[in-house]
Amino acid sequence: MFDNFPLWPVRASAGAGNVDALYIFLVALSAFMCVAIFTMILVFATMYRRRRGVEAEQIEGSSALEITWSIIPLGIFMVIFLWGAVIYFHERTPPQGASEVYVVGKQWMWKLQHEEGPREINELHVPVGRDVKLIMTSQDVIHSFYVPAFRIKQDVLPGRYTTAWFRATRPGVYHLFCSQYCGTMHSGMIGQVVVMEPAQYQAWLSGGGTTGSLAASGESLFQQLGCPTCHRSDTQGRGPILSGIFGKPVQLEDGRIVIADENYIRESILSPSAKIVSGFKPIMPVFQGLVGEEQLNALVAYIKSLSPAPSGAAGKTSLTPAGTRSQNP
Amino acid sequence: MSDSPIAVEQHGPELLHHFVDAEQQRDAASLGMWLFLATEVMFFGGMFCAYLIYRYWYYNEFAAGSRSLDIYLGTINTAVLICSSLTVALGVRAAQMGKRKLLVVLLLLTIVFGFAFLAIKGVEWYDKYKEHHIPGNAFNVDDLVKDYPQIHIDPRHEQIYFSLYFAMTGLHALHMIIGVGIFMFLTYYAWKGRYTPKYYTPIEMGGLYWHFVDIVWIYLFPLLYLIDRKPLR
Amino acid sequence: MATAAISAERENYLNKEYGIRSWLLTTDHKRIALLYLASITFFFFIGGFFALLIRLELLTPAGDLVQADTYNKLFSMHGQVMIFFFLIPSIPAVLGNFLVPLMIGAKDLAFPRINLLSWYLYIIAGTIYLHCIVTGGVDTGWTFYTPFSTAFSNTRVIEAGISIFIAGFSSILTGLNFVVTIHRMRAPGMTWSRLPLFIWAMYATSIIQLLGTPVLAITLLLVVFERAFNLGIFDPTRGGDPLLFQHLFWFYSHPAVYIMILPAMAVESEVVACFTRKRIFGYNFVAMSSIAIAVFGFLVWAHHMFVAGISLYSALVFSILSYLVAVPSAIKVFNWTATMYKGSISFTTPMLYAFGFIGLFTMGGLTGLFLACLGIDVHVHDTYFVIAHFHYIMVGGAVMGYLGGLHFWWPKISGRMYPEAWGRLAALLVFSGFNLTFFPQFILGYMGMPRRYWQYPPEFQVLNVLSTAGSTILAIGYVLPMVYFLWSMRYGKIASDNPWGAAGLEWKTSSPPPTFNFDEEPEVTWEAYNYEQIPAPAEVNIER
Repeated sequence: MFDNFPLWPVRASAGAGNVDALYIFLVALSAFMCVAIFTMILVFATMYRRRRGVEAEQIEGSSALEITWSIIPLGIFMVIFLWGAVIYFHERTPPQGASEVYVVGKQWMWKLQHEEGPREINELHVPVGRDVKLIMTSQDVIHSFYVPAFRIKQDVLPGRYTTAWFRATRPGVYHLFCSQYCGTMHSGMIGQVVVMEPAQYQAWLSGGGTTGSLAASGESLFQQLGCPTCHRSDTQGRGPILSGIFGKPVQLEDGRIVIADENYIRESILSPSAKIVSGFKPIMPVFQGLVGEEQLNALVAYIKSLSPAPSGAAGKTSLTPAGTRSQNP
Repeated sequence: MSDSPIAVEQHGPELLHHFVDAEQQRDAASLGMWLFLATEVMFFGGMFCAYLIYRYWYYNEFAAGSRSLDIYLGTINTAVLICSSLTVALGVRAAQMGKRKLLVVLLLLTIVFGFAFLAIKGVEWYDKYKEHHIPGNAFNVDDLVKDYPQIHIDPRHEQIYFSLYFAMTGLHALHMIIGVGIFMFLTYYAWKGRYTPKYYTPIEMGGLYWHFVDIVWIYLFPLLYLIDRKPLR
Repeated sequence: MATAAISAERENYLNKEYGIRSWLLTTDHKRIALLYLASITFFFFIGGFFALLIRLELLTPAGDLVQADTYNKLFSMHGQVMIFFFLIPSIPAVLGNFLVPLMIGAKDLAFPRINLLSWYLYIIAGTIYLHCIVTGGVDTGWTFYTPFSTAFSNTRVIEAGISIFIAGFSSILTGLNFVVTIHRMRAPGMTWSRLPLFIWAMYATSIIQLLGTPVLAITLLLVVFERAFNLGIFDPTRGGDPLLFQHLFWFYSHPAVYIMILPAMAVESEVVACFTRKRIFGYNFVAMSSIAIAVFGFLVWAHHMFVAGISLYSALVFSILSYLVAVPSAIKVFNWTATMYKGSISFTTPMLYAFGFIGLFTMGGLTGLFLACLGIDVHVHDTYFVIAHFHYIMVGGAVMGYLGGLHFWWPKISGRMYPEAWGRLAALLVFSGFNLTFFPQFILGYMGMPRRYWQYPPEFQVLNVLSTAGSTILAIGYVLPMVYFLWSMRYGKIASDNPWGAAGLEWKTSSPPPTFNFDEEPEVTWEAYNYEQIPAPAEVNIER
């Protein structure tokens, strides 16, 4: 609107419009309610101001009125709830085939790595019109990845992955904020999301010297750490076969069945005894403290690359609550 | 009302001025103590909640930690507390019947049981200290890892079991200490003859508190000591 | 008027005994209420001072007034002081303590010595917190989120935690006292359905204080232990879960907001009834809505965690429940408005605050609907939208309720009238200053300005400047009552027993009341708000 005095955030993602529509509805509803109540109060205050000889009329109440003005608001609230729930469901369900960016938040910066390989600090370059899924974790305290222009926000936790996704619809540069207080330079943990036309994005991708894709660096790390010793590609290994497991159910030795999502892979590397696959012994070494967050991201990306592109039920991998356990409190 | 001779006669020194009569005072004390115990349930409840969640997640470590506790001492302590609740209940009855000496004896016994409990708990904690199972910088569960090779103990998760163990038993012990203190006061006043069949509310209320602390232990004992006492597969 | 002069010479709770011992060792609920009044006012100004510094810093986008660490401490301590040392005690410990026995016809609360203990716990907690402030403060945000508070912050977290732990027990004991008093010490004839709505709301508040505060206590204790003894209950690098902390914390801290608003609703009912000279419309519904808020308030805590990493399904459940809890609050607003229909309305200072309360609480409550809405909350969570929402309720609602109540019962408490013209001026300043301070923050929030930001992008500046301007007006509005209340204690017009012509047992005894409240135990044979039986005072505005 006004250049230095904007009153509305820009809409730059596919979902932003839906959020704004609901918001405007709520603003209108609230304005209506306020006008209605304030007007009534004003009218009553004037009409029924204290005057000599005029007594107040003692009115007990009216059950009919009470029920009416309980049911109608409740009905409206349910509409708002459903509308918001649908939007939220959509926001928390990244579409299949989204390209992935791994994000590591730390005091007080954002480190991002595209699956194609390039790394960024405090900046995220994305092409217009592409679904982008962020797989995020923190190295220290809780942060939160917030892009107002996309209307997305997700807390970034130490010890597990959380995800968010968006599809940018407008080229431009947009604020990235940390929105969960994280210490001294919380307000400095900001950056920008740079949305480019696809051609420009390709140019940018191949611009810097590539170090290879994230999955490729994951593969070399996989070899370095000795993983193939037990995780062979045949059934002779002391560890489960890893190709094809990502996104699929896994049976554990205690009978539980969990989905092999990013958090499962991560936990299996850092704390292998938490979930033992049925038929295998708990002999995998603990890698907690031996691999950093970015290395973990690379390993996860590699193991994902061993599975064919997801074709199952839409959004299955992301519906699983992002947690190291199969259930969240 | 205050002029009535009957009212003056019934107004003993223990009736506080703002109450209408002794019955109101007793009812108020009783409701107050039950409400206070409700707050205590919520207080311990937070920790029980944390315990339940972590036990579900880290069952193996919790089981191993549980087995490392001395079940004999734990059982003795449970018996001690149950006996102490008996002496408390008998004490209330003694007060109701006006048996001052018996009341004093029972209160003293309760205190003795209380101290016994705390002493045994102290021994248990000392054992944990020797075994390096107290969370913190000296924490070390290599012994447990060695003992249970088939279930692969993660020391970090084990640390959570012991943190909760000490927090829960510690808070319980603190409540026991407070209880013992209260009972010392009660014993003194009982010996002075303050409690009669017409007025023994403090004994009743103290008893309620003591029973509550006992019940907390009745929950703590199986949750902490009896997670998995079956022989390992 | 002759009776008014005699009234001031009669023995009352203020002049019965003089000397500091008679105050510091009192068990009279009315004196304890004044002890609380002094202490919470003190902490209000400390919290307010922090707020002023925050708003001054936010005049410019750059962090140029204080350092980042200092700013982080300022907002953390502003929150903790205002919530735990001002808002939670305010109406219950001042007005509740003073009025609950009077309103039900009792001589005192059920446990007067525990009442005094409650104040001392508050003072001990406050002293520890003051020490925390001067030895470096705390910078965890009022919410103490882990692992920052347990493993990363370099400030006096343990001290702050212990201080608030103790303050929590002060709150629990107050609640316990009220519940027992209301159950057991009502005067003959004072049945539950004849109770003033103030008592119903204070009862609901007390239930929340009793059942919710202990959970905060254990949570803070665990945080203190974790920090002191290097435990790992909430630390992910040691197998703990930071979300567990959030659940435990919000299990109390959500009901806590109802501890802060229900008493203001309590005041609202009394003030609206008196200055419309009518029974509150829908007495039963208003009474039950207080209980409903207390119950439902315990079921919605994770609406503070929609983006924290809880499961989608948890989020759906908590969102729906949050809409349920909005209904009883809406019912109250409708009922107060309906009470004005065919009333006989006067515009005294308390009534002005009551009007302001309805308006601002309605706006704050409506914006709560935005936050309960999953799709919207993702965008506005942890932004200035949330800050605006809760200040509308806490300041626009709770503080206005508190000030309105103070003005309404001031004649009863002090035996004096405050100067009405100044009272109205202050009310208008508070109302307008408040709106200017906080309305722009809704816009800032939707635009994306996160909270707890020491520095911010330049496009947010204009709205921040407006907000700071408003806060200066608000500050003046708050200082004025301090001044004229004190002034009135010596120079104010002497008040009669019932200067407002209000219903309620407290108005049937002298202003100020005698130490044991009533010369004779009252026997109640009338319904609440029996305004048809009470003559209106010749002129409500007694002070000219």
